Amino acid sequence: MLIDNMMVIDPHIHMTSRTTYDYLVMKEYGVVAIIEPSFWLGQPRTHVGTFQDYFNSLIGWERFRAEQFGIRHYCTISINPKEANNEPLAEQVMELLPLYACKEGVVALGEVGFDDMTEAEEKYFRLQLKLAKELDKLVLVHTPHRNKKEGTSRSMDICLEEGLDPLQVIIDHANEETVDEVLDRGFWCAFSIYPNTKMGNERMVELVKKYGSDRIIIDSAADWGMSDPLAVPKTAQLMLESNIREDHVKAVCYGNALKAYGQSGEMKEEHWLEPTAIDQRQLYEGNSVLRGQTPMVEKPFQESIIIR
Amino acid sequence: MIATIQHPTETSKTSNIINYLQNCLEKQLHQSALTWLNWTIEKLLDNPSSHSLFIGFSQTPRQVGKANLSLSQEAISTARQLRPGWMPEYWTVDQAVRTLLLLNFQTDEPQEYLASVEKLFSAADVAEQIALYQSLPVLPYPQQFKARAIEGLRTNMVTVFNAIALHNPYPKDYFQEAAWNQMVLKALFVESHLSQIQGLDSRVNAKLAKMLSDYAHERWSAGRGVNPQLWRAMGSFTEGQILADLEKVLREGETFEQQAAALACFGGSAEAQTLLDKVPTLKQAIEQGQLTWDSFSQTHL
Ligand SMILES: [Zn+2]
Repeated sequence: MLIDNMMVIDPHIHMTSRTTYDYLVMKEYGVVAIIEPSFWLGQPRTHVGTFQDYFNSLIGWERFRAEQFGIRHYCTISINPKEANNEPLAEQVMELLPLYACKEGVVALGEVGFDDMTEAEEKYFRLQLKLAKELDKLVLVHTPHRNKKEGTSRSMDICLEEGLDPLQVIIDHANEETVDEVLDRGFWCAFSIYPNTKMGNERMVELVKKYGSDRIIIDSAADWGMSDPLAVPKTAQLMLESNIREDHVKAVCYGNALKAYGQSGEMKEEHWLEPTAIDQRQLYEGNSVLRGQTPMVEKPFQESIIIR
Repeated sequence: MIATIQHPTETSKTSNIINYLQNCLEKQLHQSALTWLNWTIEKLLDNPSSHSLFIGFSQTPRQVGKANLSLSQEAISTARQLRPGWMPEYWTVDQAVRTLLLLNFQTDEPQEYLASVEKLFSAADVAEQIALYQSLPVLPYPQQFKARAIEGLRTNMVTVFNAIALHNPYPKDYFQEAAWNQMVLKALFVESHLSQIQGLDSRVNAKLAKMLSDYAHERWSAGRGVNPQLWRAMGSFTEGQILADLEKVLREGETFEQQAAALACFGGSAEAQTLLDKVPTLKQAIEQGQLTWDSFSQTHL
């Protein structure tokens, strides 16, 4: 449990690849809301139907599973850069997107952007930016692991060329090499605390010391790889122990994600601070019972050697 | 067979339900929400494209909110007259609006209508699934949604399951025995309130009674409690193993469990009546109408 029960948001985590036990522990460590971007599942999909089922689980099953632990689940919808390279498939997924983009709790289109920086990737990146503009949606941009600096620059160029407002775009997986340009150009700058391949949290402490908290967001990007669903609360704790001002810690681990994605109108603090009876009824207890009463959802977290 | 089914708007039932929902919503929604609703319905009537239906259906909660539908006693009884067993008093405004959109979506061909609703189901989020399953008893061609409703029972989302199983006349009216029995048993597994299943008393059957008794034994072996509402579905099948179960509960159960077992015996076989004689206080309470399944269900759902 975090010091002084700080609430945190993990605005980028792929719960589809994680267990229910992760939800339990995340809740215990103060995670009150998460955003699950639509992304690559580790193996290429070959049919549009598997995309539809994936989108359905993002707006259905995962949302429900999270709510069982009192964690609010939001998502973003897209064809991701890697799979955009399968053009006939990408074409069909593009047709699905409008069906999902306007649903409740869908806070942005994403992850979009580049993987290998191919022509096909750019084509579907641009098409999805156009769709975001048309539907007045935010955009979550995945920046590539290889050739990151150029990929990040190019992604921002394209967003501006397509007429997006930088404040409507979250540039994710930033690092020491890209942070200056992202912030200078007025975009939200997200860092994924992900062991070995992305950002470590000691480095993150140094970054916040240097840049402060304005427009900086941290997330775990936890998925099927070696990653940590507690990356955000752990980093919050490390920052506090490293004498970073509490208001900065709260901004980068909670407030900024809310501010950025809250622009969608789909994510509100009251969803977890004061969930309405209706939401509770629909999400926890069915909509048939308990008008006005508080459903019992909190199960105390306890490890026991006895299994009942 | 399906081609002979009447067009939805041609049935007076559908237009009565449309008027009913429209009236309820006019009393409750703000002007801006009503303006959106009327505009959306007009658009659907002008050009019944599934695209407009999908957009309207997705936008509903943002446009009209999610407040409880507030209905007068009179409105509640009107609902029961329009469609026996229909319980819109458990609905929210977004659910009512979504149903209204489905009813105002008028295609020339039943197949086209069914395909569009199926497409909505196939891309529905949790709240949309709940709205869709709840609307089934008042939709046109209800018989055609049976497979979909049974498929819906397989969900892991209790809220979606409950939208089908509880306060909904659809299962009672359309499910065959196997699906009905599975639904009741699953309701126990997911801890839904059996007393809110419509037709629980009228659709008892020997197979279900046996399944429930087996389930009770499984629970007892695991050292877990048994929902006393389970005994309600024993009906007149109170013999053999089930009779022994009831005897055990009357002998060893907590007070509320004994009450449930006594109620089950009261409606049961001659042997069950003999069992009941052994608990005269409970028998008397039942005979005098102080203990009924309804009164019992106020405290033990
Ligand atoms: Zn990701």
